[in-house]
Amino acid sequence: MTTLTLGKALNEGLRRALADDDTVVLMGEDIGTLGGVFRITDGLKAEFGGDRVVDTPLSEAGILGTAVGLAYRGFRPVVEIQFDGFVYPGFDQIVAQVAKLHYRSRGTVKMPMVIRIPFGGGIGAAEHHSESPEAYFTHTAGLRVIACSNPADAYVMIRQAIASDDPVVFLEPKRRYHVKGEVDLDANLADARPMGVATVVASGRDVTLVTYGALVQTAKDAATAAAEEGVSVEVIDLRSLAPVDYSTIEASVRRTGRLVVAHEAGEQGGVGAEIAASITERCFEFLEAAPVRVTGHDIPYPPAKLEQHHLPDLDRILDGVDRAMGRPNSLSDVSEVDA
Amino acid sequence: MTPSDREATGLLTRPGDLVQLLDQAGTRHANPDFDPWVADVDTDALAALHRDMVVVRRLDAEATALQRQGELGLWPPLAGQEAAQIGSARALDDEDFVFSSYREHAVAWLRGVQPVELLSVWRGTAASGWNPYEKRMAVPQIIIGAQSLHAVGWAMGAKVQGDEHVAISYFGDGATSEGDVNEAFVFAASFDAPVVFFCQNNGWAISEPVGLQSKQPLARRADGFGMPGIRVDGNDVLAVLAVTRWALDRARRGEGPAFIEAVTYRMGPHTTADDPKRYRTDDDLAAWRERDPISRLHALLAASGADMAAVDADAKAAADRAAADLRAAITNIPDPEPMSVFDHVYAEPNSHLERQKSRYARYLAMFDEEDDR
Repeated sequence: MTTLTLGKALNEGLRRALADDDTVVLMGEDIGTLGGVFRITDGLKAEFGGDRVVDTPLSEAGILGTAVGLAYRGFRPVVEIQFDGFVYPGFDQIVAQVAKLHYRSRGTVKMPMVIRIPFGGGIGAAEHHSESPEAYFTHTAGLRVIACSNPADAYVMIRQAIASDDPVVFLEPKRRYHVKGEVDLDANLADARPMGVATVVASGRDVTLVTYGALVQTAKDAATAAAEEGVSVEVIDLRSLAPVDYSTIEASVRRTGRLVVAHEAGEQGGVGAEIAASITERCFEFLEAAPVRVTGHDIPYPPAKLEQHHLPDLDRILDGVDRAMGRPNSLSDVSEVDA
Repeated sequence: MTPSDREATGLLTRPGDLVQLLDQAGTRHANPDFDPWVADVDTDALAALHRDMVVVRRLDAEATALQRQGELGLWPPLAGQEAAQIGSARALDDEDFVFSSYREHAVAWLRGVQPVELLSVWRGTAASGWNPYEKRMAVPQIIIGAQSLHAVGWAMGAKVQGDEHVAISYFGDGATSEGDVNEAFVFAASFDAPVVFFCQNNGWAISEPVGLQSKQPLARRADGFGMPGIRVDGNDVLAVLAVTRWALDRARRGEGPAFIEAVTYRMGPHTTADDPKRYRTDDDLAAWRERDPISRLHALLAASGADMAAVDADAKAAADRAAADLRAAITNIPDPEPMSVFDHVYAEPNSHLERQKSRYARYLAMFDEEDDR
């Protein structure tokens, strides 16, 4: 075991993938000489050369569209989108090309592409640097959407995403890039938990709390705090947002009878809405309370001095847990109509 | 800007900067720059180009007829663009790779695509008709200009891998306004990618004249991106062949991308769902009928002493055969199996879709049970 930050674990995962497979090629803005604005690709151009770690012109559509052409001829492109809010100029290439080419070509053309996106807020950044665009991609057939939350997973999951024959939108919790953890650099992909499987990161019996990315740590902290008040929270790190590993969530909710889903992205049409609806359909008779969503507001990402009022934090998650538990909470005195 | 203003701007016919080896009367003009590129084209080769164009014009007319008869949902005719497509596609090596839009039926034909493969998409029975790796032609692209980036990516990979083959991207005048196409130019130039951008300027993007896309000849844009741009008479199959060979050759030799603007005209509607009478005049059409790509080559063949009875008979026989195959193909396209709607969304098993699929199968089975009762 080696102690690495999440960012360094991704770097090691990319290094390993480049070393293991000549068809892996990294593309993005500032990823070569600079090593990426978050240094996730640090040193890789020096080690593997400019043909495999490619500094591209500043064009997201260009990066993604040329990656499609590379995939057409058998490459496995790993594309870095510099920040979440910069992905939209490449949106057409992702949803109309990358996601659909396998279907359109009736299975003859594979798109084994990874689109890495640092996502989420909490870093006091300027506009377009703190967004959570995952629902656009979970809504798009043909894509897989993955979010890592810790160094050990980051090292394995980035390699799994690269090995996948399907295109993967790989979300990296940028505010956790510097969090350290133990990583097994000899981890064998064949033995690793598939990236499509969720992980129960804290066991509990009263409430199932589902989240992903940066909020996994927040949720674990919330579970610790709740335990002090006698509420036992089971925390699930979703890991795969599309498809969702419902069997893990369902097994938990059948025991706890209560579901809270938390994410930084807005509520409307979000991943939480999908999970709440699906779990209600799948195990309605086991639910003791309506599923609860704790999310960012449905607003453009606010200025940095306001982001604390946008992002779900430990207390807002606990408030959601209290709602699920029927304990006193922010909405206790509000009628259903107003709520 | 009205359609008549378009000609006044010189966007379609600016004398002097248009490569033309064969004028509209069929007279061959010497061109020291490009004659060498077609020095091998003898009378037999000219007759073959003539036959190709006659065949694809006939295929196109048959497909339009099939759409009118309800056999196809839609058809985007290529009529008028035969020389641009045949001349450029004949310049390709078998291993070069084509990234086209949805109107390049003649290119597909020359890549060996069969009628049944060409029509299935437009009949709505399949998402695409052929294996791109067998035909060395990507599945056609409907999003305007998106394929230009795919061609560049393919070419960037070819360069890295030491592959001598070239990508060619077909798109129209309208596509030159798309970000993807301009970004493709940037990437191609920056990486010296072996790619040829082949723009068929057919004058119209559905109802919008090319003057709305550009205030100057499209080929001039290339200079700003750092690659050569060349305008060619797109209805002159010989000039198109020469210019495309030149561009492919320099790409093959590592000199990077080039942009070809083939000035042609879409004689028919954008698609069978379009009504061009709403936006252009009969006079416009008549002028372009004078510049027909087939008749001028026919005239050259006659003047060069070819056995025209044989040339015509050969072309007609090939066209008749292709048209018969096309009609037969329609009846040979089976309706797809309902459950195939779920096929190939993912390359790997996907739990969500598998659940949806099994549920829909149960739903469909309900009707079978009703039938059994």
